[in-house]
Amino acid sequence: MKRLLLGDEAIALGALHAGLSGVYAYPGTPSTEITEFIQGDKLARERNVHSRWCTNEKTAMEAALGMSYAGKRALVCMKHVGMNVCADAFVNSAITGCNGGLIVLAADDPSMHSSQNEQDSRFYGKFAMIPVFEPSNQQEAYDMVEEAFALSERLKEPVLMRVVTRLAHSRAAVEIHDAKAENELSPETDRTHWVLLPGNAKRQYAALIEKQPVIAEAAADSEFNRLELCEDEPENKTGVICCGIGYNYVKEAVGNTMNVLKVSQYPLPEKDIVALAAVSENLLVVEDGQPVVEELVRGMLGAGYPVYGRLTGALPRAGELNPDNVAKALGVESNKVYDPSPVLAGRPPQFCQGCGHRDVYNALREVVAEFGDKARVFGDIGCYTLGALPPFTAIDSCVDMGASITMAKGAADAGVHPSIAIIGDSTFTHSGMTGLLDAVNDHSNIVVVISDNLTTGMTGGQDSAGTSKYEAICVALGVDPAHVRVIVPQPTKVEQIKEMIREEIAYPDVSVIIPRRECIQTLARHARQKAAARKQ
Amino acid sequence: MKKDIILCGVGGQGILSIATIIGEAATAAGLNLKQAEVHGMSQRGGDVQSNLRLSTDVIYSDLIPMGEADVIISMEPMEALRYLPYLSKEGAVVTSSQSFVNIPNYPEVSAIDAELDKLPKVAKLDIEQIAKEVATVRSANVVLLGMAAPYIGILSTDELRGAVARVFERKGEAVVEANLKAFDAGVAAVG
Ligand SMILES: Cc1ncc(C[n+]2csc(CCOP(=O)(O)OP(=O)(O)O)c2C)c(N)n1
Repeated sequence: MKRLLLGDEAIALGALHAGLSGVYAYPGTPSTEITEFIQGDKLARERNVHSRWCTNEKTAMEAALGMSYAGKRALVCMKHVGMNVCADAFVNSAITGCNGGLIVLAADDPSMHSSQNEQDSRFYGKFAMIPVFEPSNQQEAYDMVEEAFALSERLKEPVLMRVVTRLAHSRAAVEIHDAKAENELSPETDRTHWVLLPGNAKRQYAALIEKQPVIAEAAADSEFNRLELCEDEPENKTGVICCGIGYNYVKEAVGNTMNVLKVSQYPLPEKDIVALAAVSENLLVVEDGQPVVEELVRGMLGAGYPVYGRLTGALPRAGELNPDNVAKALGVESNKVYDPSPVLAGRPPQFCQGCGHRDVYNALREVVAEFGDKARVFGDIGCYTLGALPPFTAIDSCVDMGASITMAKGAADAGVHPSIAIIGDSTFTHSGMTGLLDAVNDHSNIVVVISDNLTTGMTGGQDSAGTSKYEAICVALGVDPAHVRVIVPQPTKVEQIKEMIREEIAYPDVSVIIPRRECIQTLARHARQKAAARKQ
Repeated sequence: MKKDIILCGVGGQGILSIATIIGEAATAAGLNLKQAEVHGMSQRGGDVQSNLRLSTDVIYSDLIPMGEADVIISMEPMEALRYLPYLSKEGAVVTSSQSFVNIPNYPEVSAIDAELDKLPKVAKLDIEQIAKEVATVRSANVVLLGMAAPYIGILSTDELRGAVARVFERKGEAVVEANLKAFDAGVAAVG
């Protein structure tokens, strides 16, 4: 049977059909649809597969490791920057090793369609010294999940699967098979693998190093890596190493007329690379993201052998691959006819009409203006980051999840006043709470605005981990209850919000303002769901 | 045979529903299909597009190379212009004539019209008005699909019409009827 699936959905269904017992994830474009698919799937419901959202990527990674410890197959999903958040757990899970199959899925976003950087998760795989899978299309994504679980259980190591936006969010028909049974519960019995005291950790690390040849062999023999040599000697003497979806762009441009090595499982199949180099005059590395493979291949072949790619300018150093930049690198001429129209304006994303964040910023920017150029507003990541754009131009920074509170604290320590943080409800529970504790302990003179729309808005309205708990959390962390203040952000209350901000700026310790009104997108969705339920 | 289609508009205008209908028709017809969508940030009132590739052969790239789109189907006239480098020499632009102005520097409407009129094949109509007349304004995207039907080629008008009915089936008979009327009105408007 065939089903039309997004790359993300193919991974989700592949995991379910491979006997998945739990997906652990925090939303993040372009990975969100994997968990959402499992949440909506009938089989997953029947089997009671865990799919509830986690508070952040670290809690997700650790919970999945726990499920693997218990012998079951688990999947962790996140966007690339989530790897930074869970890195401690991730890297150490390679030292403990796993029990049930464990896949860590990182969805990279080259070109930064919805992200603050384009870091390449393949580095993390190499860093942790575990196998990395990088599907080239939706079918392969589906098939690969099963193989990845099997390899993880054979090696007793977690494996990393890396996708990029264009695969995650592109649909194609996928041939699917029946679902396998889940693993039986079989918790680990050997403590020495899991208690990473130095004595054990040294042994475990040595064991991981010892596994490296086996890991390399698995990639060398992988069905997902393939040396495709032309029957007759090709006219073009460049050999092409195509990683992940890079393969598709190469095939689109040159069909079967060049020698190529398709790579979808790492470590790199060294023998194939040497073989390709031997029949070519030079190599071109086509990889989405950073020049990970290009550097490795240079090292492999030595300085005398010409290797082209992103580092040499054959392909752009930044930004995603596309059929046009790959064709150009291969010397294939473009069929482009029309130049970009001069009559064109950019259309950046913006706040929805009626969004509560608007009212918060309308108040905030006016109060800030009252302090001349003294005040600073440290922003964070979410829909409310759009407050950086006109007409609001109301935030001075946006770095990583949770950084608003801690940066405001550091700036206040240095003497900035007023020092204000603005953070969303989901971002606050993701990574803001610990920073607030630091600020409380230091009596930092900051105002924290938790703009609570009762959802994780930016990524499409997923449940937010702390809903209905914010005042309690802030008070429990030590903020004076008199300075934890809640208000409904709406246009008629802008004056009241302004007054509240002024009062809390005047208070020389940590204060928290919580403007709270449901996201109008989820409000509309809930209304539709209610109406549909009434009809039935 | 292959057809490359770019669907575009402003976040929230319903281009993904058009993609779903064409995808359903293509699947039923046994065609290969790839459909790259935009999710995330730009869905909030920003420019959005989807690349839809239909073919009797294997399709490799999820994205359409420049100069190869057979049709640009746009819910908004300026957005149609954004993808001109992707249009093939004989390619068609099928677009709503009504501007969606949510930015301060939106160009002169007459300048947009002049740009569009330079192209060899353009169908430009007030799809919201047509949708209002025959069904409801919410079916404007299906009117646009009807207008694009003759240019899609690789699928017949009947195949697309059947897909409209199937995609809206879950929402009840009245919704199916409204969308079929919208589709037919789109077909008739360019016919
Ligand atoms: C480490 C990390 N994980 C996930 C994301 C993706 N992401 C960006 S904003 C956001 C959620 C924002 O939700 P909230 O703070 O409630 O603000 P809202 O969008 O609802 O205004 C998520 C999940 C990210 N940028 N970084």
